[in-house]
Amino acid sequence: MMEFLNFYLFPGILLGCIYALGAIGISLTFGILRFSNFAHGDTMVLGVYITLSFVWLTDLHPLVVMPLAMALTAFAMLGMDRAFFKPFRKSPPIMSVIASFGLMLMIRSAVQFFWGTQIQAMVKGIQPPLQWLQPLMLREKQLYILGGTVILMVAMHLLLTRTKIGKAMRAVSDNPDLAALTGINTERVVQATWILGASLAVAAGVFLALDTQVETNMGFKMLLPMFAAAILGGIGKPYGAVLGGMVIGIVEEVSAYPWIGTTPLLNPGYKAGVAFAIMVLMLIWRPQGLLRGRQF
Amino acid sequence: MSAPVLELDGLYAGYGETEILHDIHLRVDEGEIVVIVGPNGAGKSTAMKAVFGLLNITRGAVRLAGTEITGTPPEKVVGKGVAYVPQTANIFATLSVEENLEMGAYVSSENPAPRIEEIYQLFPPLREKRRQPAGSLSGGQRQMVAMGKALMLHPKILLLDEPTAGLSPKYRGEIFHIVRDINAAGSTILMVEQNAKQALGIAHRGYVLVDGQNRHEGTGQGLIADEEVARMFLGAGGHG
Ligand SMILES: Nc1ncnc2c1ncn2[C@@H]1O[C@H](COP(=O)(O)OP(=O)(O)OP(=O)(O)O)[C@@H](O)[C@H]1O
Ligand SMILES: [Mg+2]
Repeated sequence: MMEFLNFYLFPGILLGCIYALGAIGISLTFGILRFSNFAHGDTMVLGVYITLSFVWLTDLHPLVVMPLAMALTAFAMLGMDRAFFKPFRKSPPIMSVIASFGLMLMIRSAVQFFWGTQIQAMVKGIQPPLQWLQPLMLREKQLYILGGTVILMVAMHLLLTRTKIGKAMRAVSDNPDLAALTGINTERVVQATWILGASLAVAAGVFLALDTQVETNMGFKMLLPMFAAAILGGIGKPYGAVLGGMVIGIVEEVSAYPWIGTTPLLNPGYKAGVAFAIMVLMLIWRPQGLLRGRQF
Repeated sequence: MSAPVLELDGLYAGYGETEILHDIHLRVDEGEIVVIVGPNGAGKSTAMKAVFGLLNITRGAVRLAGTEITGTPPEKVVGKGVAYVPQTANIFATLSVEENLEMGAYVSSENPAPRIEEIYQLFPPLREKRRQPAGSLSGGQRQMVAMGKALMLHPKILLLDEPTAGLSPKYRGEIFHIVRDINAAGSTILMVEQNAKQALGIAHRGYVLVDGQNRHEGTGQGLIADEEVARMFLGAGGHG
């Protein structure tokens, strides 16, 4: 039982938090700008390396400097939007999708150029599990990840339901033509979408880096599970993305549990395939997603 | 005489290359209810979209209180005191009733709460449904949300595209009643309607559009009395 909690369920929940935060941006971009943003994973990577640089410079904990990295990455995202996506705003979505592909490669190359390709650690040394939680095996940084995710989700919820710009974001996602006829400033809404999506992506990336390590292709590895989470939850639905992220994170980890006999049900080497399988099954069985998002 | 609140002057317009409106003339004076009737596909909705800069206008002008606004983007038109309730998809279905009303006041920086209260007085059924997603309401109530949202900023002129389409006779009467009240409270109204007889009954003036062109115009009562108009629209009684 403890073994299941410590080595399968908790890691699954942690991974789920990270996927959820990452998937929100993908889902929001799809809902409001109506295209699949393949550069999202590498936006995340950019934020992770900015955080890493601040850690090197200031010697502070990554979570302390993370808000600044979120702000800088969001700002960079606004610049990239203006350069790469805004010219295609009135074009068919496929133009923006291709632009996002190009941007993905450009960001990754820039990161590799400035920071190098070797694997880095966000925090040095190995953390033992917390004593007072025994026999539960949770590390301090993992508590931070859980707590940070909860705080960010609550903040996102309040933004979307209590603020004028958040409600306008939902309105544009619901009915863009009517939003324009209502006088909603669509460009402002687009900018808010980038800021929110990029900030949460940076948090997801930093949490992942805390739990594992920093590498330049971590964004690319996250892309598939993030898209799977967004589709599972219902594309365009931020709450669906959270749900989808949790489900995929947990299923990925728990699928390696020796449910039958003594060997892992699914060889951990195939973990990445789990997200893909869920995505394909979902597209066949219920393409609108769990929370009734937009259909392809 | 002061300039009309809204004027379409010799408008040629359409979607992309397809021209739908050919030389449309239309005028709405301060305080009037003006009704547009015409067969399906006549270009009634298209004429309204032209005001909101949603069309490709090739010739002619749209004027608001004498100022040309031809091709002005929608968010700017809203700021000039024009509100528009489209024929379909005229509410944010996933937003609550109250959020829909708040969005109606988006371009204003004032607190919308007092005006929302007035809207609830105008449309009492909306008050108890304020927290529900607007898409879950009945057709008549959804129309109330759409109209309430459009009224949030006290528009100088309100464009209504078939506000009673698909409603039961009870709701239909209620909507016409409210349109009259809104007008009496000072809003100028341009309305497209299929229920021609009832609509012309409350109209000061009306236009008949056919094939993207003006066919008739006159006072509401005058058009009801006109033989050709009666043959075209009124004989069949109320449409669904
Ligand atoms: N978005 C669009 N793109 C291209 N053509 C359109 C579009 N909307 C309408 N049309 C065409 O424009 C013409 C006029 O349509 P419009 O909607 O203005 O008619 P209407 O008088 O409002 O009819 P109804 O009584 O059915 O609402 C029709 O031939 C229609 O097919
Ligand atoms: Mg119409």
